[in-house]
Amino acid sequence: MPAVSMTVNGKTVSGEVEARTLLVQFLRENLRLTGTHVGCDTSQCGACVVHVDGIAAKSCTTLALQCEGAKVTTIEGLAEPGGKLHPMQEAFREHHGLQCGYCTPGMIMAALDIVRRNGHDLDEHTIREQLDGNLCRCTGYHNIVKAIAAGAKAMA
Amino acid sequence: MSATGIGAAVRRKEDLRFITGKGQYTDDVVRPGETRAVFVRSPHARARIKSVDAAEAKTMPGIVAVLTGADLASDKIGNLICGWMIHSKDGSPMNMAPHPALAATTVNHVGDAVAVVIAETIAQGRDAAEKVKIDYEVLPAVTDPSKAKSGPQIHDIAPKNTIYEWSLGDAKATEAAFAAAKHVTKLNIVNNRLAPNAIEPRAALAEYDAGTDHLTLWNTSQNPHVARLVISAFVGIAPEHKLRVIAPDVGGGFGSKIFIYPEEVVCLWAARKVVRPVKWTSDRTEAFITDAHGRDHVTQAELALDLNGKILALRAKTIANLGAYMSTFSSSVPTYLYATLLSGQYDIPQIYCEVDAVYTNTVPVDAYRGAGRPEATFVVERLVEIAAREMGLDPLDLRKRNFIKTFPHQTPVIMSYDAGDYNASLKKATEIGDVKGFGKRKRESARQGKLRGIGYSTYIEACGIAPSQAVGSLGAGVGLWESAEVRVNPTGTVEVLTGSHAHGQGHETTFAQLVSERLGIPFDNVAIIHGDTDKVQFGMGTYGSRSGAVGMSAIVKALDKIEAKAKKVAAHMLEAAEGDIEFKDGKFTVAGTDKSAAFGDVALNAYIAHKFSGQELEPGLKETSFYDPTNFTFPAGCHICEVEVDRDTGKTEIVNWTAVDDFGTVINPMIVEGQVHGGIAQGVGQALLEGVVYDTNGQLVSGSFMDYAMPHAHDLPSFKVETTMTRSPSNPLGIKGCGEAGAIAAPAAVINAITDAIGSEQVPMPATANTVWSALQKAAPRQAA
Repeated sequence: MPAVSMTVNGKTVSGEVEARTLLVQFLRENLRLTGTHVGCDTSQCGACVVHVDGIAAKSCTTLALQCEGAKVTTIEGLAEPGGKLHPMQEAFREHHGLQCGYCTPGMIMAALDIVRRNGHDLDEHTIREQLDGNLCRCTGYHNIVKAIAAGAKAMA
Repeated sequence: MSATGIGAAVRRKEDLRFITGKGQYTDDVVRPGETRAVFVRSPHARARIKSVDAAEAKTMPGIVAVLTGADLASDKIGNLICGWMIHSKDGSPMNMAPHPALAATTVNHVGDAVAVVIAETIAQGRDAAEKVKIDYEVLPAVTDPSKAKSGPQIHDIAPKNTIYEWSLGDAKATEAAFAAAKHVTKLNIVNNRLAPNAIEPRAALAEYDAGTDHLTLWNTSQNPHVARLVISAFVGIAPEHKLRVIAPDVGGGFGSKIFIYPEEVVCLWAARKVVRPVKWTSDRTEAFITDAHGRDHVTQAELALDLNGKILALRAKTIANLGAYMSTFSSSVPTYLYATLLSGQYDIPQIYCEVDAVYTNTVPVDAYRGAGRPEATFVVERLVEIAAREMGLDPLDLRKRNFIKTFPHQTPVIMSYDAGDYNASLKKATEIGDVKGFGKRKRESARQGKLRGIGYSTYIEACGIAPSQAVGSLGAGVGLWESAEVRVNPTGTVEVLTGSHAHGQGHETTFAQLVSERLGIPFDNVAIIHGDTDKVQFGMGTYGSRSGAVGMSAIVKALDKIEAKAKKVAAHMLEAAEGDIEFKDGKFTVAGTDKSAAFGDVALNAYIAHKFSGQELEPGLKETSFYDPTNFTFPAGCHICEVEVDRDTGKTEIVNWTAVDDFGTVINPMIVEGQVHGGIAQGVGQALLEGVVYDTNGQLVSGSFMDYAMPHAHDLPSFKVETTMTRSPSNPLGIKGCGEAGAIAAPAAVINAITDAIGSEQVPMPATANTVWSALQKAAPRQAA
């Protein structure tokens, strides 16, 4: 089996994987980083969003081998080592931007990418349009939108 | 009100693990030596299985076993069952067809499982599953419920594919009321079929301990004890005391994770056969073809009114599609959860409803958020709105004229409404939604070339499910009480074991708020434990907006007992009579003195038992309770939807949403608002976007998120959500329940708004741009122009 190595949440990791192994499988099964979720098989729901070299990517549609040498950040890598939460994580809790929690890691990772692309002063329309790649069935998005706006401001 | 007590918007305890990626969902659990199950499913809607050849598959790399329906049958594994008996009008019992976890002789819907491959990895399992050769004789299928009775017969037990022909109400009296009516409004409705689509797909992990002959199942379940009961008592996999069911973090349910499905049965059975853990995780495609769907009613409804708009009677005839097999609670949804709510918020003297439930070659249909009550609300609220328009009355006036104003109110369809103030929620909603300013906004929209409409939905629901005797008399196979156990530790911290199950509702927070307030101890000193049959004695789980009204009431009862026992301990400590001990704010005091003991000291003394003899008072401080409610609860409210329709494209945009709901006592307003938001989103999804589509051959056309339109953030507005309050007299906290309200209220509000905007009542759900545009072309020229 081919070998792959990459940096995940600041640590160098490597493993042998079948060529067809998806990044999300490598993260969940090889590295036991189960915060990244799978909610569909057509790249629609965004529960699997991670950052690859600083850019949001759907890890369910990315081969592990494509990430050779890449820097990958998952939800587990956001808080500071001492446990201090990232402002976007804090905003989701403060604004009740999650219920069952399953879409939440992908939402937070996608939210950070929205901030990267659009800056810290986000209006509701922008957030709603930019969340096109993420589905939530619990919240009706109302509080996710509030959380992202607040999180973006707090990151400034 | 304390910062963490009842009524406070406490931030959720459970969030820390979810926002840091440390939740533990079923698929996150890994057991040593775990194998993966991949199901071989029917590609046909209906077929006879002529042969299953797994020889080649068994020789492929990494394959542990291939098991078939014949193997399941030879091991005498029982069928899945529907646990609610409905009798037809003629007294005959419903026709429940056999539902084996793996089909051995016939398949009855696309996705029906025929065999399972147990493999070292998923990839190996999928490779081998493709090599299982099944020879099918394809048979004609029927998918449309209105054609089911004339379609090919699916099950031997059910001629004309009829499960039951049921009715509720007085047909003759209703007929007479219609005969005397000055105005009759008629309506044909298709309540569109929906896929629940919790974002976490279902999963099951079964492990067998050969040393103790004990099975453990991790399962995406809303009610692990019910799963264990059914799997033990009916399917017969293992006796209850040899089976542990754990529902860890569960990523949304909306009803679809109530039911007992073939996959968990097969994983348990297979785990014992291969003596290794077996895990199955659904992918989204499998979810679409195996998770129980919701709704799917075809209804003809009529409303009879007098000259003044007073409602005299309501009549409905519904065909309910229950799919290929009867799912766990499927029979109750279009009967006792539907027809019993056809009175809405109105004083309607006569109601008569007939429901024919039918089999079709589609995925089984069962409860989905609201379950029967959205269907009822859609019938009632569309009828009322149309009647007002036809009679030239203000839709709000017609509603107010017919509102029930005194309680208790006995409807003609079983329910006895115990408390409510429907005028109050309507008044508040019209103020917040600025109904007075609608005309001005409509003119402004017209200047932009848009058609603006306003739609109301003054809904009611029956929640707090349910008094056991009452549901027993209606055919339920179980009681619907709830249990709780409160364990006070020697250090004064508290663990609450509840039979309710949270899958997004935030029980770890709201239940702790109750305990913290009641015992006067810090919120952080309370842990809520649920979802494990080895820990919690029993529980009926979470659905039907029951966890507050029923689950928390059980905790209240256990807390009453804790207080009573603790007072005895305190009396010994303080050398006072038990009757003189008062408990307030976490302190036991001897009345009229300054002698007191803190809750933590009393807890410690209960366990060290130095101050009393074990013969007169048992050591320890732990109490249990089973709480059975005295009635359903009746949340109700008023939702107002305002839309703008683009007359060129038919695209509908929701521009305002106001919700005012009476949920009784609110424990945590932040969580309650979140529940309302999510419910509205699902209701708007039904009204504008979502619809399961089968072609005439029974192929599922809408089988992925590419094809089934889930609501996205940009499909929805922000919502204005407020509450009014009348206490429920049916439980000690006065809670009514909030989980389903939005999904129940929303579809009628949306369609009432669109039909108001375009001037045509012929707008089926989902009201896509194409649907609305087509309706516009047929509408009055003044609108289409």
